[in-house]
This record gives sequence, structure tokens and C-alpha cells, in this order.
Amino acid sequence: MNNEQLKEKIQSIDSTINIVEGKQYLELNVVAENLSKTALMLKNNADLSFDYLICLTGNDLPDAYSVVYHLESTKHNHLVVLKVKADSRENPVLDTVSNIWITADFHEREVYDLIGITFTNHPDMRRIFLDEEDWIGYPLRKDYTDNNIITR
Amino acid sequence: MENIITNNSIQQEEYIVNMGPQHPSTHGVLRLKISLKGETVENIEPHCGYIHRGIEKMCERLTYQQIIHLTDRLDYLSAHTNNEAVCLLVENALQIEVPERVKYIRTILDELTRLASHQLWWCAFGMDLGALTTYFYGLRDREKILDIFEETTGARLLQSFNVPGGLMNDIHPNFIGRVKEFITYFRKKLPEYDELLTGNVILKERTTDIGLLTLEEAINYGVTGPSGRASGFACDVRKHHPYSAYDKVEFKEILYTKGDSFHRYKARVEEMWESMKILEQLIDNIPEGDYAVKMKPIIKLPEGEYYQRVEAARGEFGVYVLSTGEKYPYRVKFRSPNFSNLSAINKLGAGHKIADLVAIGGSLDLVIPDIDR
Repeated sequence: MNNEQLKEKIQSIDSTINIVEGKQYLELNVVAENLSKTALMLKNNADLSFDYLICLTGNDLPDAYSVVYHLESTKHNHLVVLKVKADSRENPVLDTVSNIWITADFHEREVYDLIGITFTNHPDMRRIFLDEEDWIGYPLRKDYTDNNIITR
Repeated sequence: MENIITNNSIQQEEYIVNMGPQHPSTHGVLRLKISLKGETVENIEPHCGYIHRGIEKMCERLTYQQIIHLTDRLDYLSAHTNNEAVCLLVENALQIEVPERVKYIRTILDELTRLASHQLWWCAFGMDLGALTTYFYGLRDREKILDIFEETTGARLLQSFNVPGGLMNDIHPNFIGRVKEFITYFRKKLPEYDELLTGNVILKERTTDIGLLTLEEAINYGVTGPSGRASGFACDVRKHHPYSAYDKVEFKEILYTKGDSFHRYKARVEEMWESMKILEQLIDNIPEGDYAVKMKPIIKLPEGEYYQRVEAARGEFGVYVLSTGEKYPYRVKFRSPNFSNLSAINKLGAGHKIADLVAIGGSLDLVIPDIDR
């Protein structure tokens, strides 16, 4: 399906998803509480079948912590970007998608490690790179400070 | 003595063994925490981060030209391909069309990189399984490619030869001749690889039916590259989303269906033949023209998000950039193939003997700096 058809199809299934034509791909914006529902729909719908999670990125945006999912269908060869923002800035929490795409297991641990978003129902929510016991803070946050960071 | 042997509790006790971070078969500083029952692996828990350098954080304070030099340090065996991903991202974002000559040269260097990487994998894989001779065969041939790189790009391993808009320099006058010479040479040498290792009974016994990964699992775990294609996952970015000159060449996407260690091995050896085919189609047809388009010294990407995918030697390498219109990116994320490939290691290794884990790790061809970033 091309972007136009994809947009129509997704809109017909769930009209609450805010669809934006991005620079490269179609971008689906969902609210945090609908994340698992939408992700499950994207994977299981026969016409969409987004079975391959390419990339999962955590962002520290000025207004909220967000996660970006790049999804591809190996059957239909189309691609969308799913975006979600965590509700709270003090304690960002999102639902896990590792039960839908297993590869998200490691990627979500990385986001937890470096951005500090907690994923509920994740089987193993620990830091993946940094030391669980003595590392303070989340390095990819914009307000993270460290004496060793070179500033200009 | 008799008491200890007949004591059931000792036989059933679970052992925790650390493989790495200084184990030669992990090819770098990766620690696998393995739960053993006797000699059988029950569970594998990878511990990463021993060489986490915070490259993504560093990128937020660097210009796009500078970021290229850091991508070399991810998967250092696919340095050229990683450079290209950033360059393509910048060029697509600014809608710059690079000269045909650049596209051809980039593709040739990509395939040489892939060949060099697969050669090193082949010799290390043989060594993992106890065949020491392969190491000398592989390195002997890889040396010839590194010499070509050195002559043209000035560096053997971390080239940083791509710049946004084209190449750092034009190719060396000897380049075309030497690549052709290499292809003729390697076409004779590659069958030796098969004679030495592929038909070897020990290799077959140690890899067939070891570490099975089905197609659904490969897609679900995001296992790409030759490892994914051995399970039948048609994930070759060169074929499905062509970039540079890949739309102008004919080549076969190597697909197997079984997904065991032996087919991951076969997929890489067959890919070397395909890489040579691509090289032969391009090397005589490099168009005349400039080696770069003139770019502004300060590159600012328009506000927005960008994603660029390329096929590195180990799978799909992706760059995600979130730009606010400044000369530094707001956020950079590297989708590294090894990180996703590693996530499947528990699925592959559980239930096998600990010695088979070495074969499985070798067949995944992990490069640790790419995992840790």
C-alpha cells in the first residue's frame, strides 16, 4: 500500500489516531494509554501486518519524553512511524511492546537506561549498558550534567 | 568419593558461568552469563556496555561532518557503509543529487568493505571451531583489499572517505586496475575456502541443526543481514530499498530457509560471490565527472525527523536524526544490526551444549562496539 491508502486504512480502523504526512514516512501519533492497543492492531491486521520493528528510539523533547517506533511489513513492504509521548515528565511511563515484537525487549532496556522511561509489563526492566548499582542519572536527557562532557 | 557421584543434588545443581568479557570467542568485550545444567545451556543473559562510549550523546554536540568519523567506530568492519548512511541522510534531507561517479565509487567501496568483512568473519569462524589454517587464508586475501583502501582513502580500517555531497578525494589512478586484479585473484581463491572449510566434516557436524531460528523468529527479533537471510527473511536493503548504484546492478539476494549455523555460514560465503559480481558490473563503467558537489561549510538540516537505512556487512544499519534546524542535531540514534542480532542469542543457544555456543556466536558474526555504541 502507498501512503494514501495506508492513511485511509488506518483511519478507518481507528479514527482517534492522529496521522501526519512526514517528510519520508507516514507518522501515527497516539496517546500513551492507546499505545499497546494500536501496536497490536498494526501487527495483527491482515492488510497492515507490521511484523518487523526496525528501530525504537527514545527522545527527550522539550515538552515530554517520547518514543518513536519505525515499523515495516515484510509481507506488504510498507513502512510507518509510530510516535508516543509519555504523560508525566517527572515519572515517564509507557506500556511495553516487547510482547508484540520481541526485539523491543533490548531496545526498551536501552531507552530505560539512557532516557529513563520505564516500560510497564516489561519482563526484565534493568539498565543494559550502564551499571545498575552506581550510575546516577540518564545520560541522553538534555539536563544531564557530567564534568567530562565537552561543552562549547 | 562414591557419595559425591551418587549424590543427586550435585547433578541437578544449576551452574552460572561467565563467558567473557575476556573470552576469545566473543570477539570483543561481551559478557555472556550462562546458566548451565551439566554441559547444557539453560539460559544466556548478555551483559553489554563494557565499551559503551556514549556516541549518540557525543553526536549531539558535533556537526554532521564530524559525526561521520564516529560512525566508523561502531562496526569498524563496515566503516565505509556506516559513513555512507550519514552522508545519504544529509544529502536526502537537503535534496542534493550527488554525481553518478560518486554513486558508483561508493557502491564499489561498499562491496569491497563487505568482502573484507566476510573474509575476516570466515577466518575467525574457522578458528572458533578449531581450524587455525583458515585464519591465514582469510587474512592473506583481506590484506589485498586493505591495500586498495589504503592507496585510495589513506586508511586501512576507518576510512571516513565519504563526506556529505560526495567523496573526500578522487580515486587513485591505480584503483580500477587493482580492484580488477583483486577480483581475478579472489575468484581463484574463493573455491579454496569451500575446499578447506565448507565441505569439512567437523564443520558440518558442529554447525548443522545448531542454533535454529525460524523465519517468524528472525523477523520478530529483528535479525537482519546474512544471519536473517539464512532463515529466509528477505531483508536486503540493497535489494528492497536501493541506494547509490544498487539499482543499476544485477545480483541475487542469498536466501536459505533452515536458519541453522551452517546456513548462516553458507549465506556469507555465497554473498562473497555476489559482491564480486556487483564489483565486476561497476568497475569498468565508472562515469567521468566530479567526485563531490560543493557544499556549504556549515550544514544545517531543515527541522524534522530523518531516517536512513543501508545494508552493512552484518545487517541493516539505520541512522535516525531529529533536527531542530541547528548545525548540531538534536538527537541521533544508530540502529545497529548487531544489537538486534544479539537479542536472539538466548533463543539460539538455549538447549545446546556450551561448545556449540561458540559456533552460534561465530555464525552471528557479532562486532561488540556496534552493540555498545
